[in-house]
Amino acid sequence: MMRCSPFSYRAPASVEEVAQILAAEGPRAMVLGGGTDLVPNMKRRQQTPALLVSLRRVAALRQLQGDGAGVRIGAGMTLAEIAAHPRLRAFGALGRAAAQVATTHIRNVGTLGGNLCLDTRCNYYNQNYEWRKAIDFCMKRGVEGGGWPEKNEAQVCWVAPGSPRCWAVSSTDCAPALIALGAQVTLVSARETREIDLAALYRDDGIQYLDKRPDELLTEVRLGDPTGWRSTYWKLRRRESFDFPVLSLAAAVRLGEDGTVREARLVFGAVASHPVMAEAAADLVGHRLDDAAIERCADAAVRLAKPLDNTDFSLGWRKRVARSFVNGALRELRGDDPAQLGLMARRQMALRVV
Amino acid sequence: MLIHRGAIMADESSRSPGGANGNGTGSGGDGAASKLHIVGKSRRRVDARAKVLGQTRFADDLTLPRMLHCKLLRSRLPHARILRIDTEKAKKAPGVRLVLTGADTPIAYGILPVSQDEHPLCTDKVRFVGDPVAAVIADTEDQAFAALDLIEVDYEPLPTIASPEEALATPEPRIHEYGDQGNLHKVVAFDFGDVDQALASADQVFEDVFYYEGNTHLAIEQHASLAALDPDGKLTVWSSTQTPHYLHRALAKALELPAAHVRVVALPNGGGFGGKSDPFNHEIVVAKAALVLGRPVKICLTREEVFYCHRGRHPVLMRFRTGVKKDGTITGMELNTLLDGGAYGSYGVASTFYTGALQTVTYQIPRYRFRGCRAFTNKPPCGPKRGHGTPQPRFGQEVHLDKIACALGLDPAELRLQQLVSPRSLTANFMRIETVALGECIRRVVAGSGWKERRSKLGLGRGLGLACSSYLSGAGLPIYWNDLPQSGVQLQLDRSGRVTAFCGATEIGQGSDDVLALCVAEILGIDPFDLRVVTGDTDLGPVDLGSYSSRVTLMMGNAAIEAATRARDLIAGPVADKLGVPRDRLVFAERRVFDASDPGRGMSWQDAVILAEAQHGTLGTTGSYKPPMSAAKYKGGGVGPTPTYSYSAAVVEVEVDPETGWIEVAKVWIGHDIGRSLNPPLAEGQVVGSVYMALGEALMEEQVFRRLPPKLSPALVHKFPSMLEYKSPSTMEMPPVEVYLVEDPDARGPFGAKEVGQGPLLPVMPALANAVYDAIGVRVDEIPVTPEKILRALDAKERGKPARHGPARFPEVPWPEALQVPPPWEGGDGHATNDRPKKPRMPRPGEPGGPPIRPEVRR
Amino acid sequence: MNHVHLSLRVNGDEVEVAFAPHKTLLEVLREDLALTGTKHGCELGECGACAVLVDGRPVLSCLMLGLEAEGCDVRTIEGLADGPRLHPLQAAFADLGAAQCGYCTPAMLLTAKALLDHKARPSRDEIKSALSGVLCRCTGYLQIFDAVERAAADLEKQQAATNPHPHAHPQGGDHG
Repeated sequence: MMRCSPFSYRAPASVEEVAQILAAEGPRAMVLGGGTDLVPNMKRRQQTPALLVSLRRVAALRQLQGDGAGVRIGAGMTLAEIAAHPRLRAFGALGRAAAQVATTHIRNVGTLGGNLCLDTRCNYYNQNYEWRKAIDFCMKRGVEGGGWPEKNEAQVCWVAPGSPRCWAVSSTDCAPALIALGAQVTLVSARETREIDLAALYRDDGIQYLDKRPDELLTEVRLGDPTGWRSTYWKLRRRESFDFPVLSLAAAVRLGEDGTVREARLVFGAVASHPVMAEAAADLVGHRLDDAAIERCADAAVRLAKPLDNTDFSLGWRKRVARSFVNGALRELRGDDPAQLGLMARRQMALRVV
Repeated sequence: MLIHRGAIMADESSRSPGGANGNGTGSGGDGAASKLHIVGKSRRRVDARAKVLGQTRFADDLTLPRMLHCKLLRSRLPHARILRIDTEKAKKAPGVRLVLTGADTPIAYGILPVSQDEHPLCTDKVRFVGDPVAAVIADTEDQAFAALDLIEVDYEPLPTIASPEEALATPEPRIHEYGDQGNLHKVVAFDFGDVDQALASADQVFEDVFYYEGNTHLAIEQHASLAALDPDGKLTVWSSTQTPHYLHRALAKALELPAAHVRVVALPNGGGFGGKSDPFNHEIVVAKAALVLGRPVKICLTREEVFYCHRGRHPVLMRFRTGVKKDGTITGMELNTLLDGGAYGSYGVASTFYTGALQTVTYQIPRYRFRGCRAFTNKPPCGPKRGHGTPQPRFGQEVHLDKIACALGLDPAELRLQQLVSPRSLTANFMRIETVALGECIRRVVAGSGWKERRSKLGLGRGLGLACSSYLSGAGLPIYWNDLPQSGVQLQLDRSGRVTAFCGATEIGQGSDDVLALCVAEILGIDPFDLRVVTGDTDLGPVDLGSYSSRVTLMMGNAAIEAATRARDLIAGPVADKLGVPRDRLVFAERRVFDASDPGRGMSWQDAVILAEAQHGTLGTTGSYKPPMSAAKYKGGGVGPTPTYSYSAAVVEVEVDPETGWIEVAKVWIGHDIGRSLNPPLAEGQVVGSVYMALGEALMEEQVFRRLPPKLSPALVHKFPSMLEYKSPSTMEMPPVEVYLVEDPDARGPFGAKEVGQGPLLPVMPALANAVYDAIGVRVDEIPVTPEKILRALDAKERGKPARHGPARFPEVPWPEALQVPPPWEGGDGHATNDRPKKPRMPRPGEPGGPPIRPEVRR
Repeated sequence: MNHVHLSLRVNGDEVEVAFAPHKTLLEVLREDLALTGTKHGCELGECGACAVLVDGRPVLSCLMLGLEAEGCDVRTIEGLADGPRLHPLQAAFADLGAAQCGYCTPAMLLTAKALLDHKARPSRDEIKSALSGVLCRCTGYLQIFDAVERAAADLEKQQAATNPHPHAHPQGGDHG
């Protein structure tokens, strides 16, 4: 039986208390949301926090509040709640992303905040302690008695042994969707409260992948008025359950009454250590979503998708599919009949969400 | 799910079973009692209630007072000599009671007598990442785990051999000091007639090279074992094993205990599929620890460790050459196979033969040549997984035939139908065929799928493929040579009407307990629920060799019928006397014994047993089963024979995305020649479960390894020893399946039944690959068939290259001189004409060249 | 190691249990409460075998700390039957071959119960989706889907029987 390493445990009742504990304990403490990412990592000894700060008593984190201009989603809401919430239906990409995380069982406890802070993943890293010992570990290595992994300077990145950095893959489903929807997040610590664009939360590094201090708690996600926006989320994975994305694409467009694109965002997931915004989306602005514009955009956007050989499926194939994804997702937003599209597109569009 | 059942027109010699239970002959009642009351009825299996209540006790569910926990330290190197192990720090760690190393358990064991190459803990060398080198026994699992890191092992790394090709090129250093040559474990060669001449006489000779990647069983239950000393000082081991008898032998050998002082209890397995068929290191280690400490010791492997136990599907490279006439008639076939065996023997010698044994049992192949080679590599050992050694060449053969049919412009179904093997015949390699309902299986799936109307007419991206197969109903020979029964059943009856059936057979989910209860109940005319079955316990039941090779229904079933028939005979005498009715007019049914001519005249089952107990004293009977003698007398001919073969045919419909190669299975139609279905929901479950496992293999499952850049690291590690990254299909990937159970009772099976647990897996992979070709015009000559490979084949086609993805060539292998065995129709008698004396056997411990005998620490 | 002392509600019983704080609910159930009907196949959230119901929702007991279940209503396979009477799901699984080795069966049954509590007559696609977080290697799932469908029908009949309706026929859940 895989078991967690020992830790102490506290379950405060308010965000303020959480922030105070985190400030006092430093990086040896980690926050426990749903635990579906952290607990396996603890069992594999990737993370061995000395203290777990449970959020289960912090009711404030589980609220959804709407105002005229948009919504504020508590980071402690479960992915199942996000996927099913009627008030979030207008944010198509978010619901589809949340509904495709792992399995029903995991979505029932896994939280939005947890998915946004999901540890980056890699076939050389998401392994048991004994396995990693057999490759003499890699540069992403947990610190004994510490929480967040730190860079192990003595070691290489096995994905790219000549590289000075870690190439673990950002595998969150919700982040690309929320970035495409223009989300902002709130980070609370004992000394300040920061509101930043979600896109700015991520850094292009497999180890220090979040621009968030260990003493900060992600409390809330804010989304603006969805009027006029259409969005979707496509996810490539071997199985329609369990699996993390090995390529994903969130697409959001705001169309004018004349059918021309006023705003557009395309965000790839699982092709780098952070969600990747495709600037090519800007080229759509001012054009109708006709075949030529879509093809042009796909050609340009796909250059950004640079997967590496550290997930399921070969990287060459994932890159090929990236192009199909851009093409297909934009056609979906244009309102194409799925029956006229290929199998992959139909599968993505017919996503069975329960 | 749609299920279709139906008998085919039975021909003269496959009429309903009956008659004496002679050697190798099945039975199922006689005379007036031959109407079946339970067989063939859909019933709740006898162990179902426990399972749905969560009350079935699996090995890890057991606890005993004062129980300790064991963890194994496993090698982090793929190939190295052990120079020194220092356990002092670990011994002093909190909670640690004992640390064992190879020196404590020096005696080798292994499933096959010819490959006794495993040790409970490595003695001198480690041979793969995951090979166990030391064991810690502590109060808690946490403490044992923590202490593992305190054990210091100094290794001298040895070159890593990662593939059969490397093994061929690297005879030294040897992974083992035995085997046919260098790092080739087993190399075999057979000629059944002059194949060169047969190919020369063909209108066309086709050649194809295929590759089948390795994969593993992935039973959801992780292996677990608990060992304890009985109050009288004997040893008991409770384990998740499919083969308690073989584990029993291995424990007695490795621990130097009298076999009669060792008891093995096989708990119901949480899935087996062949993965719990070998005696394992951890089973012997906990037994040793319990002997040393005098306390119960348990181990439950982690999922990662289960991947290291493996014994799964061998990766196999194969080349087929087949000569055919214009009408598709096969003149001769040649098959070469190269198996990646991993680091130990396991069942590998048998696996090697199995890659060539069953090519001849589906279609008429007048001449046949087989060359097989198994290499040692520094990876977890391969062994038997559902279909053991036969799915790989079956995949190759059925895709090869599809290509031949397409090239000749023939319907692949017709090509097969026109040259099916004949019932009650011998094949070129002396496999004895009994009943064959393969033709009916093909006709059912062809009709059900609309094959004739829909094949090649579904448009780009959608297609149908067909393939067939055959499998054993139990291996003809036991794993170690002996002249003993392969299955035994003992019945105990008393005046309460109670019947208890004892048998060593092991419930692994397939329903063996139900088959046992059903066979006895049918003969005695009681309900299966009236019985108590005691199985999988070497102290309590007669020997059954275990749940492997699809042997249990046929072998245990026949033994059960024999025991029950004897019990019925004991009862019939006094009942006939009492009722004044001739014995042969008595019917045993509906918990009564009565006159067939006057059903009102009779008595209750319990009264009948009371009469019998009064006349005979304490009631008990036994039954046993031994398969018929094999016709194959040549060396190596022991692998392949069976009392009777099952047959299967499948049509798979796929959809393929031309842009990405994405593939989905729309539907599967499968016909299985089961002889007779004893309990239809269970039989259907085996068929659908086989289709499921086959689709997993066909589309996504891979036991593959990662080699780090050799300049930086010698590591050769399992790529993803986890349930998440080893992909097995979820509910979302499972297509609808239409099942046709074709019933053509075989006189050798219990009530006419043949196997159903493994055979239906076999046709699915090739049918899927053939369907991809029908859908999109490219061949993936490799398992699994993935979107990447389809796209590569499409790319090749676009560039004007052969429209396929697959291996290019078969390497040079130093084959030995082939055994020459003339086929039956060329005057052969089953012997090789050039058999040579046996090679010297592997030295045993204490013999010159063998490992030293260490003084065993006795209690 | 210092144990924590906790009150839990398991299968309707208030239980008190002391355990090491780093134990997951899976370990607490199996090792400290002897409820071994809850199985495990990976302990990393990758197979679904350890599913139990927490406040009516299926969750993975291997990923939930025992401490986090404080004050929750936990239901395991041991609490599914009504005394000696099988739940209609259990009866249907038993009759239709939906339990082969029986190892994933507790997780499948509890997950299916949560589905039927939420939706009385789910479609086959909804059943597939709801059960997609539990792996089974024996059955190929189809008989499991059949069993859930039959149980849904049986439950509906049972409900009709307890709330008499002119067209309803009373029927027990346990077939045989």
